[in-house]
Amino acid sequence: MMSKNVRIGRGYQKKIAGDHRVIRYRCALNNVISDMLKQRLGWVEAKEGEDWDFYWCDVGWLRENFDHIYMEEHVRICHFRNHFELTRKNLMVKNLKRLKKQLERESKSESAKCDFFPMTYELPSEYHIFVEEFKKNPGTVWIMKPIAKSQGKGIFLFRRLKDITEWKKEGYRVNADERKEETKDVETYIVQRYLGNPYLIGGKKFDLRIYVLVTSYIPLKAWLYRDGFARFSNTRFSLDSIDDSYVHLTNVAIQKTAPDYDPEKGCKWSLQQLRHYLTAKHGYESVEEMFQQMNEIFIKSLQSVQKTIINDKHCFELYGYDILLDSNLKLWLLEVNASPSLTASNQEDYDLKFGLLDDAMHIIDMEGRMTGKEKRVGNFDLMWSDGPVYAEDATLDTLGGPSYATNTFLGCHNDRKRQLIQLFRTIQSKKAAASHS
Amino acid sequence: MLRCCNKHFFRLALIFVKFWLRMDSKLDNVAKTIDDIVKQLNGTTLHTQLKRAAQHEGEKSSVQLSSLKSDVIQSLKLSGWEKLLRNEVFRKMHSVQNTLDQAIPFECQKEPLMYMRKAQANWERRILKSMNSMCTELSIPLSRKRPADEQRDLLHKWNEMGTDEPDLSHFRPVYAPKDFLEVITSIRNPNYCSLTGSEIDDRSLNFESHWGLIQVSLQVPSLAELREIFAEFSLSNAHVGLDDSPDFPSDMFQNERNKLAKRVIDEKRSPIAQYFCRRGCPSGFRADLWQIALGVTVGHLDVLKYEQMKGYVLQHDLLVDSLIYKDVKLTSVNDDYYFVFEDYLYQVLLIFSRDTSVLELFSRSSATPPKSYIRGKLGLEEFAVVYPPNGVIPFHGFSMYVTPLCYLYSEPVRLYYVFREFYVRFFHRLHVISSHPQGIVTLCLLFESLLQSFHPTLFRHLQDIGCQPLKIAFKWLVRAFSGYLSTDQLLLLWDRILGFNNLLLLPVLAVAIFLFRQTNLLLVTNVAGVEASLSDLSTLQVIPLLQSVLFHS
Repeated sequence: MMSKNVRIGRGYQKKIAGDHRVIRYRCALNNVISDMLKQRLGWVEAKEGEDWDFYWCDVGWLRENFDHIYMEEHVRICHFRNHFELTRKNLMVKNLKRLKKQLERESKSESAKCDFFPMTYELPSEYHIFVEEFKKNPGTVWIMKPIAKSQGKGIFLFRRLKDITEWKKEGYRVNADERKEETKDVETYIVQRYLGNPYLIGGKKFDLRIYVLVTSYIPLKAWLYRDGFARFSNTRFSLDSIDDSYVHLTNVAIQKTAPDYDPEKGCKWSLQQLRHYLTAKHGYESVEEMFQQMNEIFIKSLQSVQKTIINDKHCFELYGYDILLDSNLKLWLLEVNASPSLTASNQEDYDLKFGLLDDAMHIIDMEGRMTGKEKRVGNFDLMWSDGPVYAEDATLDTLGGPSYATNTFLGCHNDRKRQLIQLFRTIQSKKAAASHS
Repeated sequence: MLRCCNKHFFRLALIFVKFWLRMDSKLDNVAKTIDDIVKQLNGTTLHTQLKRAAQHEGEKSSVQLSSLKSDVIQSLKLSGWEKLLRNEVFRKMHSVQNTLDQAIPFECQKEPLMYMRKAQANWERRILKSMNSMCTELSIPLSRKRPADEQRDLLHKWNEMGTDEPDLSHFRPVYAPKDFLEVITSIRNPNYCSLTGSEIDDRSLNFESHWGLIQVSLQVPSLAELREIFAEFSLSNAHVGLDDSPDFPSDMFQNERNKLAKRVIDEKRSPIAQYFCRRGCPSGFRADLWQIALGVTVGHLDVLKYEQMKGYVLQHDLLVDSLIYKDVKLTSVNDDYYFVFEDYLYQVLLIFSRDTSVLELFSRSSATPPKSYIRGKLGLEEFAVVYPPNGVIPFHGFSMYVTPLCYLYSEPVRLYYVFREFYVRFFHRLHVISSHPQGIVTLCLLFESLLQSFHPTLFRHLQDIGCQPLKIAFKWLVRAFSGYLSTDQLLLLWDRILGFNNLLLLPVLAVAIFLFRQTNLLLVTNVAGVEASLSDLSTLQVIPLLQSVLFHS
C-alpha cells in the first residue's frame, strides 16, 4: 500500500486550449460506476501503482490511507474522512438530537421540523432510558439494528423486553466473531421505535431511495437528484409476523435472500410513478407539501453534521437517503448511506444510476467546463448553497412561504440529456463571448 | 298499503324511464322497455328497501289518507330514495335490448346476422375444445373440490396469493388476441356477391373488396357522424388531460373543474356523473366519479355476496383459476408499473369467475356461455352446468382489464364491483364476434376505413411492405389500450369511454396514433420496423390525438 506522505495527482497536464485534459482515475467497484468512468471522454484508468487524479474508493481504503496521502489541489475523492458521523445510525441520531436541542433554543418552529426520525436509543449506553420509555408504551414494536452493518444483517423486531434479554445472552456473543473486521465502535446497537403504519400500495410496504450529492460542507453545498425509486417489500405487510424479517426490511439486498424473491420482478417504482400515484390519490397540494417535507430532512440532516465533518475541498460524497412514508403522509428518515448500491437490477435501474453518476461527474467538473453558477446540471438541482436556493420565478410574495422554495423537483419530469446539451451550449457561447470581448 | 306502494313504485320508474328515452322511439317500445326494467327491478334489494321506506313514510302521523300517494312520493324524494332509484334505472337502461318483435326467436334477437352467429358458435366450440384437451393432457378436472386443509391454506394466504408460485408451466392460455384476429378476418358474408360476379380469391385485385383484413360490410359511422357523437371533443371545449397541464395557470380550468367535480360527487346522480366524465375527471376525484357514473353501490349485502363468492373459490378449484394465475404472472406481473397490484388481481378475477350474475349479459350478446357436463353424464342436459360459472373464459391479457382500476380503488370489494360493471358494460364486446355497432368487428372495420380515408398512401405503403395495420392495432383494441398507454393517459381515455358510453373511441385513437407516427412509418421498409415504430406508446397524449382526428382535418 502507500507509504506516508505520498503525493497524489502529480503530472497532471495543464489544460491545453481546445484539447481534452486527460484525467487519470481509479475505481474500486466493478459496476455502473466503472462503466460510466470508462465511457467518459478524456478519462483514463490508472493502473496499479500509477498516480491518479480521481478515485472512486471504498470506505475501507479511505480509512486506511486518507491520513497518509497529500493530494494536489485538483484531486477528487468520493468520500469525506469522517462521513460516518452521518451514516452510522447511532452517530446520526446523536447529531440530530443535538441539532434539535440547539434549534429549540433559537426557534421553536425550526426545531419542530426536526421530528423526522423515530425515537431512538443507543445500546448499551442508553439502556436504562430506553427501558423507561419502553415501559411507558407497552405493546409497541421496536426494531434493533447494529450500527455498522448494512444490507439488513443482524436486524430484528421485538415487542417484549425479554426478547432482548435473550439476545443479550446469545446474539451478542455470536456476532463477536464478525466484529473483528470492523472498528471498535461496532458493539453498539440502536433500538428504534418501529413505524407500524407505513403507507401501503397494493398492500405492500415500500421505502424511498433518494440521492443527494454534497460537494462541500463549509460552506454547505448540496444537490438533489430528481429521480430515485421506491423499493417494495415482496410480501404483504402485517405486524403479526414479526419474525419474518423479509416482510419488514425492504432493502433490495435483503430481498435477494428471501425464498420467494424473483430478481426478474424488479420490485421498484420510479419516483415519477410514485408521484403520479400519490397525486391521483391525495391531490397535488398534499403531495407537493410532502416533497417539501423531504427537503427539510436533507437539509437538517446535513446541517446537523456540518461542523463535525472534516471538510476537505478534495472530497465530495453521494449519499443514498432511505426514507419511509407513513399512512398520514409523514416522512421518516431511516438511514443515510455513504456508499449506496451502484449495482443495477435491471435496465431501467442501470439507466438511472448511470445518469446519476454521469451528472455527478459533471458537477464535480474535473474538466473545468462549468461556471460554478449553475442551478441545474442534468437531473441534479442545487438544493442548498450556503443558504436555500430558490427556483427561477420566486418573487417577493413567495418568499414568505415555505422555507425552502423550490429549486427541488423530486419525481418531476426529467429530460437530462436535453438539459445537458443546452447547458453545455450556453456555457460555450458564454465563453466564446467572453473571449471575443 | 303494500299494493299502493307497488303502484307508486311503478309510477316512479315510469317517469324516469320516459325521461331518458329518445323522443322518436315508438310508444310501444317505450312501454316495453319500462316493463322490462320494472320486471328486472322487481324483487331486487332496492325494491324491498323502497317499499319499506315508503311504508315508513306512510306511517308518519303527518300524512293524510287523502293525499297519501303524493305525500309518500314527496317524502321519498326528500329522503334521497328517489336518487337511488333513478341511478338504478339509469344503470339498467344501459343493458336494455333494443326490443324487437316478439315473434323473432331469441337467438336472432341476440345476433341478427346468421353468419356472425355461426362464426361465434364455431369460435366458442374451438375454445372449449382447446380447454378440454388441456384438461385431458394434464389430467386435471375442470373443477374439483378442495380438501379441507387446502381450503384453510388458501384462506390464510388470501391477501397475498401473489407469493404463491404454483407450477404453471404446463398451462397455456386458451387463446391470445392474435388467434381471435385470425378468426375475425376469415368471416365472410355468404350473401355477398361482387358485382363482377366471379369468385376471385385474390381479393386485393378486386376493387370492391376491402383493402384491410376485415372482409364483412358492417355499417360504420362516418367521420361526420363521429363528430356528432363526440361533439364535446371539439376544439372550443376545455378538457382534462389537455387544458389542465402545468403550463396553464391553474385557475383557468383546473380549479373550476375540481370545484365542479366536488359538486357532482355530492349530488350523487349517475347521469350527471357520466356526462361529467366526457371532459375528463380530475385525478383526485376519478374513483368516486366512476363509481357514481357506473351506478355501483357497495352496500352491506354486496359485501356479503363477495364473501359468499370467496367461499366458492375456497371450496372448489377450477381449471380456469390456473389460467387466471398464469395470465396474471405472464402479463401484469411483468409490467413495471402494475406488478404491485398482483394480489388484488387474484382477489378480483377468481371471484369474478364465480359470479353468476355476469350471465345476464349473455342475453344481449351474440355469445353463449360454455357448458360442461358432470363427469360421466356427457350430453345429458340435466347434468349440464355453465363453466366457468360466469361464462367467461379468460384469454391471454384478460387481467389487464383490471389492472388500471387497481390504481383507483384499494379496497378489493369496491374494486371488484367497479370492474364487474366495466366488464358487463364495455369489455365483453371486445372479444365476442358480433355485428353490434360497438362490437370488436365493427371497431376493426372502423379503424381500417378511417385510416384508409385519412391516409390512403400510408395504408397502401404498409400493405405493400407486408404489414396490415390492423395486425398491430388489434391488440390495442382488444385490451382497450391497457398496458400500452401510460396509466394516466389510459385513465383519461377510459373517462371518455365511460362518459360517452361508447367504445368507438378506441379505433379513433388507434388511427390517430398511426397518423401521428406517419413520417416514420412511411420510411420503414419491413414489418419489424413498423412494429418497432409502434411498440412504445407510453409517451403519447390521448386527448390531443383524439381531437386531431375528430376535429382537426
